[in-house]
Amino acid sequence: MSKLVEVRWHGRGGQGAVTAGKVLAEAALDAGLYFQAFPEYGPERMGAPIQAFTRISDHPVDLHCQIEEPDVVVVLDPTLLGTVNVTEGLKPDGILLVNTSASPAEIREQLNLRTGRVFTVDASRIALETLGREITNTPMLGALVKATGLFEVEAIVEQTRQRFTKKHMKADIVEANITAIRRAAEEVKEG
Amino acid sequence: MSEFKALDGTGAVAEAMRQINPDVVAAYPITPQTAIVQTFSEFVADGLVDTEFITVESEHSAMSACVGASAAGARVMTATSSAGLAFMWEILYVAASNRLPIVMTNVNRALSAPINIHCDHSDSMGARDAGWIHLFCENAQEAYDTVIQAVRIAEHPDVLLPVMVLFDGFITSHAEERVEIFDDAKVKAFVGEYKPKHSLLDLDHPVTYGPLDFTDYYFEHKRQQVEAMRHAQKVILDVADEFAKTFGRKYGLFETYRLDDAEVAIVVSSSTAGTARAAVDKLRAQGAKVGLLKPRVFRPFPAQEMVAALQHLKAVGVMDRAISFGSMSNAGPLFLELAAAMKIYDAGVPMADFVFGLGGRDIVPSQIEGVFRSLLQIAETGRVSELVSYVGVRE
Repeated sequence: MSKLVEVRWHGRGGQGAVTAGKVLAEAALDAGLYFQAFPEYGPERMGAPIQAFTRISDHPVDLHCQIEEPDVVVVLDPTLLGTVNVTEGLKPDGILLVNTSASPAEIREQLNLRTGRVFTVDASRIALETLGREITNTPMLGALVKATGLFEVEAIVEQTRQRFTKKHMKADIVEANITAIRRAAEEVKEG
Repeated sequence: MSEFKALDGTGAVAEAMRQINPDVVAAYPITPQTAIVQTFSEFVADGLVDTEFITVESEHSAMSACVGASAAGARVMTATSSAGLAFMWEILYVAASNRLPIVMTNVNRALSAPINIHCDHSDSMGARDAGWIHLFCENAQEAYDTVIQAVRIAEHPDVLLPVMVLFDGFITSHAEERVEIFDDAKVKAFVGEYKPKHSLLDLDHPVTYGPLDFTDYYFEHKRQQVEAMRHAQKVILDVADEFAKTFGRKYGLFETYRLDDAEVAIVVSSSTAGTARAAVDKLRAQGAKVGLLKPRVFRPFPAQEMVAALQHLKAVGVMDRAISFGSMSNAGPLFLELAAAMKIYDAGVPMADFVFGLGGRDIVPSQIEGVFRSLLQIAETGRVSELVSYVGVRE
């Protein structure tokens, strides 16, 4: 990587967008890169639309503002597509990754998006099947690294294991998250 | 060996405090406190530090407990933010006037009303005349490095003043970044042991702190505080030199970026200075001769040094994240201070103030480029049409 990569996360309060941004940042740390991970702070309400941001670079990151023109946009919740302008500022050659059961072509149609690359993955279904709850941050991380090639999927697996274990999460829950990451990485589709 | 960690500003400062292992930390543990004290309290509970950790019922009490502990001869640290700092106001003066080398981080956040939890510099700017040394930090790494230096600056026998380490609320305090954490032993060796010359618990050499001091000696004590502040500048630079030799990163009174051959420059502190560097690079690529000065030491204000760095310019714009209400044109504190210095030391450079980011309003490179364009226009015409303008506000 020879430049700054800026990722904007869209989710709803409680879905783990902030944590996902931090796991990605910590993968950058392991890779010897510079990074920033920060949420957009507001009233923190379960279910309300929120944004989080991650910057990754091979140079120290000087910018200390929100990301206006992301290289990558990740949408953790399909119901945000109708309410939040998720493609705002997305670079013409940028990547949009959406948690949805729809195909990339259907998402392009819905958002009237003619540029960039679009990826989709049914992270909600994967989360329900692996975690038993619709918390989509870990599967979306798996899909993200697969779609962008930013890091190896196993690097994210390792980061998630470390972070969640440090937070005293039960071993079976940690493993369920790891299964979710790997499955999403396999199932993510481009179109 | 240093270790690189993913930490936000509060986590980085808590690490520095763990390594410094102060004798006493007294703090008010809930809002508007930040995670600094929460994380540090975990270090206390885990036995990683020997600190006497005193939780109190208010920030006024927090600083009062710090004053008592410091007068007793302890190495004392605390942390606060926003309204918490405002509530300490009376005791801030007591700490400085008693020449107590307390080190406090203040996460810069707006004051009420309306209620706001986000970044601006109103809190510490309101305390700028309280007698504390003020050091601004751009990011988590600078905050960590500066807290370590602050202990040495505060406790230096020529200074003996409290130090406030300042960084931006949420932007720096809550953003995770790559931070170099030094070896514990190296930090301990750098800060050394605190051996106060005068302390309440030194029974062989009894002293009194803060007695009545009416018309007879109060004025002399204030005069001595001025001397301490005058000495602080050299000590800040000496400690920075030693820090650079030990840990490799160089700090000064301020930092300049592409300033030497610039025609116009922005003066802005803290996190926004980083964003401004991106704006400088973009405009430089287009051939505009723009530069940046990032103040680090706000108290004592390095007037002559800043003028020397800026006097070759054709226009200087100050970006203030606070307003001094009722001052000349309702300008910001940094502008007022620098404008006075530029006049007194005959710089003769046109200046304008750009107030921004109040209550956490985001500021992006394109807005800073706009400030540079205004300055280039001032440089061309030699005329300042608006002394104070507002960046990113709805009029």
